[in-house]
Amino acid sequence: MIPAIARDRPIPMSRTVRKARGTAFILLAILATSLGMVALAALLLDVLRDGIGVLSLEFINSFPHYQAEKAGAKSALAGTLWVMSLTAVFAMVAGVGAAIYLEEFAVRNWFTRIVEININNLAGVPSVVYGLLGLAIFVYWMGLGRSVLAGALTLALLILPIIVVAAREGLRSVPPTIREAAMALGSTRWQAVRFQVLPAAMPTILTGFILALARAVGETAPLIAIGAFTTVLFVPTTPTDSFTVLPVQIYSWISKPLPEFRENAAAGIIVLLVVLMLMNAVAITLRNIYSRRSRW
Amino acid sequence: MANLIAEYSRNRRLRQRMREAPILAFLFMCALASIGTTVGIVIVLLEGALQFFREVPVFEFLTGTEWTPLFSNKQFGVLPLLSATVVISFAALAIAVPVGLLTAVYLSEYAPEGVRSIVKPVLEVLAGIPTVVLGYFAISFINPTIIKPLFSTETPFTALGAAMAMGVMLIPMVASLSEDAMRAVPASLREGAYAVGSDRFQVSVKVVVPAALSGIVAAALLALARAVGETMIVTIAAGSIANFSANPLEPMQTMTAYIAQVVFGDTERGGVEYQSVFAVGLLLFIFTLSINMLAQAVLARFREIYD
Amino acid sequence: MVTENFLNLPQTTTAEAAVEPARDATPESVIDVRELQAYYGENRALKDISLSLYSRRVSAIIGPSGCGKSTLVRCLNRMHEMSSGGHVKGEVLYQGENIYGAGVDPVELRSRIGMVFQKPNPFPKSIFENVAFGLKVNGISGNTSERVERSLRRAALWDEVKDRLKQSALQLSGGQQQRLCIARALAVEPEVILMDEPCSALDPMATLAVEELIRELSQEVTIIIVTHNMQQAARVSHHTAFLMMDQDKAGYLVEYGPTSEVFTNPKSEHTEAYITGRFS
Repeated sequence: MIPAIARDRPIPMSRTVRKARGTAFILLAILATSLGMVALAALLLDVLRDGIGVLSLEFINSFPHYQAEKAGAKSALAGTLWVMSLTAVFAMVAGVGAAIYLEEFAVRNWFTRIVEININNLAGVPSVVYGLLGLAIFVYWMGLGRSVLAGALTLALLILPIIVVAAREGLRSVPPTIREAAMALGSTRWQAVRFQVLPAAMPTILTGFILALARAVGETAPLIAIGAFTTVLFVPTTPTDSFTVLPVQIYSWISKPLPEFRENAAAGIIVLLVVLMLMNAVAITLRNIYSRRSRW
Repeated sequence: MANLIAEYSRNRRLRQRMREAPILAFLFMCALASIGTTVGIVIVLLEGALQFFREVPVFEFLTGTEWTPLFSNKQFGVLPLLSATVVISFAALAIAVPVGLLTAVYLSEYAPEGVRSIVKPVLEVLAGIPTVVLGYFAISFINPTIIKPLFSTETPFTALGAAMAMGVMLIPMVASLSEDAMRAVPASLREGAYAVGSDRFQVSVKVVVPAALSGIVAAALLALARAVGETMIVTIAAGSIANFSANPLEPMQTMTAYIAQVVFGDTERGGVEYQSVFAVGLLLFIFTLSINMLAQAVLARFREIYD
Repeated sequence: MVTENFLNLPQTTTAEAAVEPARDATPESVIDVRELQAYYGENRALKDISLSLYSRRVSAIIGPSGCGKSTLVRCLNRMHEMSSGGHVKGEVLYQGENIYGAGVDPVELRSRIGMVFQKPNPFPKSIFENVAFGLKVNGISGNTSERVERSLRRAALWDEVKDRLKQSALQLSGGQQQRLCIARALAVEPEVILMDEPCSALDPMATLAVEELIRELSQEVTIIIVTHNMQQAARVSHHTAFLMMDQDKAGYLVEYGPTSEVFTNPKSEHTEAYITGRFS
């Protein structure tokens, strides 16, 4: 039987307390949210203040120099372009290949499980450890030396997990009916993937790919580890040339004792951030084009 | 007639399969590459570390409190590097976890769509800032304009300066992962809480946050792994002195910063100093891997509840 | 509109007769809905709803899907405004006071008008914490365990869970979870409980248990239940409101009266068509 009803309805807490607490909390949350944005603004202003005076076409077009005012980022910019082009090719081919295998061909078994767990864990390996890997394997063991090629291979391994994850997501978003339709017309599984699924998934894959590449452009530690030189007085012409990249050049300027080089570092940072902004703009444009197209 | 067609298609299929076999093999190799990377990392680190441990006993390495590889009297006790890593990582988390979590609560439970559409991209930009830039920010802004006046420190390099820059780096990560976890909390739970007379604060703090807790814990763990493995900020801003101290106002050298310092210089290959990098790298790898696997396990439990 | 013939209400269904003890002959209305219009953004979901819901009675709201049944109950404790773009015009008087009036705090209102949802939605916490949650958020301290026990007893769940109050509520069966949600609503001693298709996710046995519970509870609290199951409405309710969707897709009230009349002698041909299963 039901116990007798409690007519002593409890009195809830006062509305003022509720209101005050709610307001205090929302203010705190807004404060926290703005903290990240304030930090970003402070960082950008700080870098602009220090570097804008040095930044010029001449800065972009000069080689490093022992005198701060004559030093420039030409070889670093060229090195970044070189390394990134090769990294892009290696990482794209291997990343998309692995994704196609896992998503379109592999039977779910212990092997794919291990590959998946492995990819998750690789994404958490510190980048400097990849540098040690590159140093031991590419630089010494394979004898590539401190070359563009060794740097590109190291960075490709670093961003491989990110690209595999993005590419798998892209492939998964293509509905199975597309594959069935292609195979019903007599194409093989590979033909269905090559001519129907992959093109349909490409915008998503490319967006993830560019964001991963942007990550590689900003990486410093692994390239320091494989020994990107800090004073490179030429533009690399083959993949076996030695090189430096923007972040390493910036680091080298930061670590110089003379304060004038700080301004060079800041100017180099501005150049680096502009490069990253352009890459992000491309990724966002791709994403928008994709989402404007009708979804499945 | 029927036989002919069967024969034709059999031949055609065979040719196709022959043509596609190398492609499949190649795709398989690509999938194998990720395993190869892991195996490569483990072998490289183990090999270097084993050579190092032939010179320096493991026990001495793990318990020594002096790290002086550049002095004539070389000491390889990793504790100063380890303590620096711990101090800086946790100081960074002490900033990033509360700020990131509050940001996530605000974005998930309070912010109007318009505000969200501004804050989210800004946080993404912040997440994309290269760490060398954050290191610069630490020594050119955080140290001179925040830490120096506040604590009247003398040195241009402090563990705290590096930790604050690292905190800034981790805020977007904690915020976005925690927000994802909170958004995965079903709306029915919020409704259930509102229906018994909760206000928005109570729904956020007493229902949504506890329900998303394992996702939030995983976010903090992933941030910790990032912090432990972060190299450039500490290399630039925390100084290059191995210092067995818990005082964040002093300069310190972390495990990652030591690795960067040695490989940046022209260290002779094969020397004990060169090998020490792999021993420290192995320790670093073990730490980050354990933290990551723990985070994955926590995350898997979280998905189990709501999928 | 129905107060006149309410006095000589014949209680025909046997189940009701069983739980109908001597009680006040004149039911008083607790909630008066007046000219209520509910919107989702620009779209009107309900139009011109006016009806009075009676104290310590079970009122059922029935009608074809999409007719705004759920929206109507969600307007009664101001949950409707939690949906995106949700807003209302018109008045809902609760004990004579307009709940959409200027000084009314929806949070306070909801602690007096409880709600149970379509799918059981226990918090991923222990059974005890689930029931105690409403007490906690309303700042009610003292004899919590007593109140929890009483609520669980009233929800006819106590005997099944008394030995495992610390266990996660998610381990309970669907029917038990729903009764737990009812206990959770009861803990803050609401005067009214809104139930939005509380049995739609339950199996027949669990449904029976919840229906039994509804009849018992109706002796002390006012219950308003949305259901798409007409047999259920007939079994548990004293009054029935029938809603339908108009050409402009807004729901309107077709008929409201004692359940026995609505089911045996409907005034509207639409109602008759619906209850005889000619559309759904």
